[in-house]
Amino acid sequence: MALMAMNDVTIAFEGTVAVDRVSFEVNPGDYLVIVGENGSGKSTLIRAMLGLVRPRSGRIAYGDGLVKNRIGYLPQQTAAQRDFPASVEEVVLSGCVNRMGTRCFYNKSDRQKAEANMALLDVLKYRKKSFRTLSGGQQQRTLLARALCATDAMLLLDEPVTGLDPAAAAELYDVIRDLNRKHGVAVVMVSHDLGGAMRDANKVLVMNRGMDFFGGVQDYRTKFAEGAVTARG
Amino acid sequence: MGELLQKALQRRPRRPGEKPRRGGAITLWALLILMLAWALFHLPDIGRAFTEFGAYLQYKFIRRALAVGLLVSLCASLLGVTLVLKRYSMIGDGLSHVGFGALTVAMALGFVTTDGLPAFLPAGVRAFAARLCGGIAKNPLPFTLVVVVLCAFMLLRISERSRMRGDSAIALISTSALAVGVIVTSMTSGMNVDVYNYMFGSILAMSSGDVWLSAGLSAVVLVLFVLFYPRIFAVTFDEPFARATGVKAGGYNLLIALLTALTVVVGMRMMGTLLISSLIIFPALSSMRVFSRFKSVTISAALISVGCFFVGMMLSCVYSLPTGAGIVAVNLAVFVAFSAIGAVRE
Repeated sequence: MALMAMNDVTIAFEGTVAVDRVSFEVNPGDYLVIVGENGSGKSTLIRAMLGLVRPRSGRIAYGDGLVKNRIGYLPQQTAAQRDFPASVEEVVLSGCVNRMGTRCFYNKSDRQKAEANMALLDVLKYRKKSFRTLSGGQQQRTLLARALCATDAMLLLDEPVTGLDPAAAAELYDVIRDLNRKHGVAVVMVSHDLGGAMRDANKVLVMNRGMDFFGGVQDYRTKFAEGAVTARG
Repeated sequence: MGELLQKALQRRPRRPGEKPRRGGAITLWALLILMLAWALFHLPDIGRAFTEFGAYLQYKFIRRALAVGLLVSLCASLLGVTLVLKRYSMIGDGLSHVGFGALTVAMALGFVTTDGLPAFLPAGVRAFAARLCGGIAKNPLPFTLVVVVLCAFMLLRISERSRMRGDSAIALISTSALAVGVIVTSMTSGMNVDVYNYMFGSILAMSSGDVWLSAGLSAVVLVLFVLFYPRIFAVTFDEPFARATGVKAGGYNLLIALLTALTVVVGMRMMGTLLISSLIIFPALSSMRVFSRFKSVTISAALISVGCFFVGMMLSCVYSLPTGAGIVAVNLAVFVAFSAIGAVRE
């Protein structure tokens, strides 16, 4: 059974269709890359996957242990976060908010989960350090640890390497691959960086308001040979 | 451009084998010792100020003002931490101007008479309207509260839903409200002492009702802040993430706007329309200079706010300075000191 299945989903705002009849599914262990130009409906699709917008038609089904609000989301960073006074530990712990239910405070298992994820992403040594003093790569790893606190099954990454230098980007891709391969977390990544993102992926979804392509990476490579991609602009 | 600037501001990394820099700690201690020496030198003066302030405390209105002020500063600083971090610093300023407009309109309603109302209305309606207006003029606080709370909701809606940016929306609403206030004042009573007091605050303005109102308000703010602390942090740090994990971010924004509106209305008659927003902004900014964890920033903002209010009030009593301005000046001094400490520690 799929973690998440989109069935013929159409989303529209104020009369304009942003996402047109998209169907795909994410299975446990998948590494899906969503590509597409600006305005192709990628961000709307993300918001729909997170349950923040309602599709006009079609169905989004969650299954296999995944429920809405239990997706580990890594949003793009905002300007306000650059000078936000918060320690790494506080940031990672805040990923446990969706496990709290009606509780008001974090409990022991929340703290243990945060600590385990900090260790997993190698930011435990910075736990008392301020988030704003970390390098770009360290910040993304911290936010990944927070995302892992929010989920057991699926990560949703929105342009995770934007603003990172090539070395830090490569390192982050390695971290994501390890999470996918060794820890069995399904990964859905929206990216502009086709080469880097595609290296470890097993599925590709090309968005162009509608769905241009959905399938395995090999099929994608044969269908859109280098020249064809450039020709499409 | 930003990256270039950042690079230029970055300090040269320490070479291996180089001695660690101790300049920061030394300057910090020197500053502290200097301050202590100054305090020791002026100990008699400080003691005298305290005794003199103690003598003031026998007056009921001073005790009232002190109680309301301490509670309002506590609320304002807690709300201020999230407002400043969410880039909503000016919301307090905007709302206080709205409060000024609403207060002057409420006062002007006192000039409405039965005969002044349009003749086509039935006599009963005119009499009721005139009585209502008179009632509002006599006790303008509920009316002001309602108007300010409505405006807070509107501001939030505008900055969330429309293309206009939050800061422009605030500027638009606050100047409009100020203009309405000034026009209404000039058409009715003219610029009198009451209006002056609304603008710059008056320590005499607090009634015993205000004491209860501010006590209730601060209890609500404190309890909500403690109970929802993890969620408030999540919404403040990263709203998209918080929404994605099922936190009702819109509800928290609304709650914070509502509490800010209440705090502003209770505090503005003492601090003054033009100065109340400093209670919201200064403590948060000062503690952000020195502390880098959310929890320590919050706690220190609350302490700074309450401390600055107390010292400012004492100075204003002893040296007969305007209360609001005195408190802002103390806050500014703390901000400068904390900035210096922060710069030294870097």
